[in-house]
Amino acid sequence: MIRTAWLILRKDLTVEVRSLEIAYTTLFFAISCVLFFAFALVKEGKAPEDGAAGILWIAIAFAGTLALGRTFERERQAETLRALLMAPSDRPAIYVGKLLGIVALLLGAEVILVPLVAFLFQAPLLSHPFWLSAILLSGTLGFASVGTLFSAMLVRARSRDVLLPVLLYPITVPVIIAGVRATAALLQPDVELALVRFWVMLLLALDVVFLTLALWTFEPLMTD
Amino acid sequence: MIDFTELTAEGVSRHFGRRRAISRISFQTHSGSILGLLGPNGAGKSTMLAMLATLLRPSEGHIRYGTSTSKQAGAALRRSIGVLGHDLFLYPELTARENLAFFAALYGASDGNAAANSALARAGLSDRASDPVSSFSRGMRQRVALERALIHMPRLVLLDEPFTGLDDASAAALVARLRGLRGDGAIVVLATHDLDLAEGLLDQAMFLRDGRAVESVTRPDSLRSTYRSIMGRAT
Repeated sequence: MIRTAWLILRKDLTVEVRSLEIAYTTLFFAISCVLFFAFALVKEGKAPEDGAAGILWIAIAFAGTLALGRTFERERQAETLRALLMAPSDRPAIYVGKLLGIVALLLGAEVILVPLVAFLFQAPLLSHPFWLSAILLSGTLGFASVGTLFSAMLVRARSRDVLLPVLLYPITVPVIIAGVRATAALLQPDVELALVRFWVMLLLALDVVFLTLALWTFEPLMTD
Repeated sequence: MIDFTELTAEGVSRHFGRRRAISRISFQTHSGSILGLLGPNGAGKSTMLAMLATLLRPSEGHIRYGTSTSKQAGAALRRSIGVLGHDLFLYPELTARENLAFFAALYGASDGNAAANSALARAGLSDRASDPVSSFSRGMRQRVALERALIHMPRLVLLDEPFTGLDDASAAALVARLRGLRGDGAIVVLATHDLDLAEGLLDQAMFLRDGRAVESVTRPDSLRSTYRSIMGRAT
C-alpha cells in the first residue's frame, strides 16, 4: 500500500512540475483572494482583530477546492483513474497517494500565503512557527482528506464542479473553524498555548475520524 | 498473482438505476482462447468488460476466475488482469517510457524502466520513448496503451475496441500479438465493431444486443454475414 501511494504521489508531482497548472491557478486564486480582503479590510494600516486567521483559512479552503477539482479532472481525461483502480494493491492506496499530493500542493501554497497574510495584515503569524506548522498541517490534512474522497466520488458526475463545494464545505466546517480559532489564538498578544494545543488536538481528532471514514468508504464508492 | 484457466459468467446482470445495461449473461471461456463480444453501440460490451475487470460489481449473478470471485481474490486477482479500454489510460504529460515504467512499478516490477524499454521495443516506439504521449498520433498511443495493458503479462486480457486508430500494419501486428497471447495460454476477451479484423481470430463469438446475449457461436466463420443474420433475427 505504501509503495503504491508513493508511486501515485511521485507521478502526480512529476505531472505537476511539468505543467505547473494546479500550482499557478491555485496560487493566483489564493493570492488574489488575500489581496482583495486586504484592500477591503485594512484601513490606515490597521487590520481587524483576528482577520488574518479568517482570511488565511478562506484562501486555503478556496484554493484547496480548486486544486482538488483539477487533480481528479486529470485522472478523468484519459480515464486513468480506472487504470489505477485496476492496480494490484489495496484500493485505498490510490486515495492515500492522491491525498498526499494535494496536501503537498496546499502546503506549498501556504508557504507563500502565510508570509503574505502576515505582511498585509501585520499579523505575528510567524512568531510561533512550530504551532503554526502544526495547525496548518493538521487543518490541511483534515480538509484534504474529505475533499479527496469527494473529488474521487464525483469524478464522473456531470455537475462535479458545483457539487464539490456544496458537499465539501458543510462537512469541513469543523476543520475550518478549529483552524481559524487555533490561528487566531496564536495572534493574541499573550498567547495561551493551552488553548492552541486544544484546537490542534481537536484538528488531529477530526483528521483521524475523516481519514478512517475515507479509507473505509473509498473502495465501495469507486466500484459501485 | 492468481492463476486460473477458466473464466465463467453466471447469470450476470448490471443495472444503472432503473436501466438494465446487462441482463443475465452467462458464458465460459478457457485459457488459450479468444472470446469476442460483438454488437452495436449500447449493446453492453463495455459494461461487461468493466465487470470482468472488477471495475463494476454485477447487480446479479457471479463472475468466477477459476474458482475465485473478485471479492474473494481482490488485489491478487487484479494482478492477473490486463485491460485496454476505449480510453487509453495514459498520462499525456508523461513520456511513453514514464507511463510504462509507472504502470510496471504499480504491478510490482522491480525495474520499471527496464520493463518499459522492453515494452517500447515490442511496440516499435523505442525512438520515441522520451517524447510525451500528448505528441503521439492516436495509433501510436494505442500501441503504447496495449503495452501498458500487457506489461505485467496478465492471465486475462480484456480489450475494448483495440483496433481503433491503428493503420493496416499496426492492426495486423495487433492480430499477431493476440494470437501470440492465445498461444501463451492467456484468456482474451475482445469487444469490437471491426468484424473484418476479428475475422478468423475469435474462438468464440458472443453477440449482444440491448444488454442481452442473443447468440453464441464457436469458431465463427464469415463473421460479417453471421453478425447480420443474427442481428437481423434479433430485431
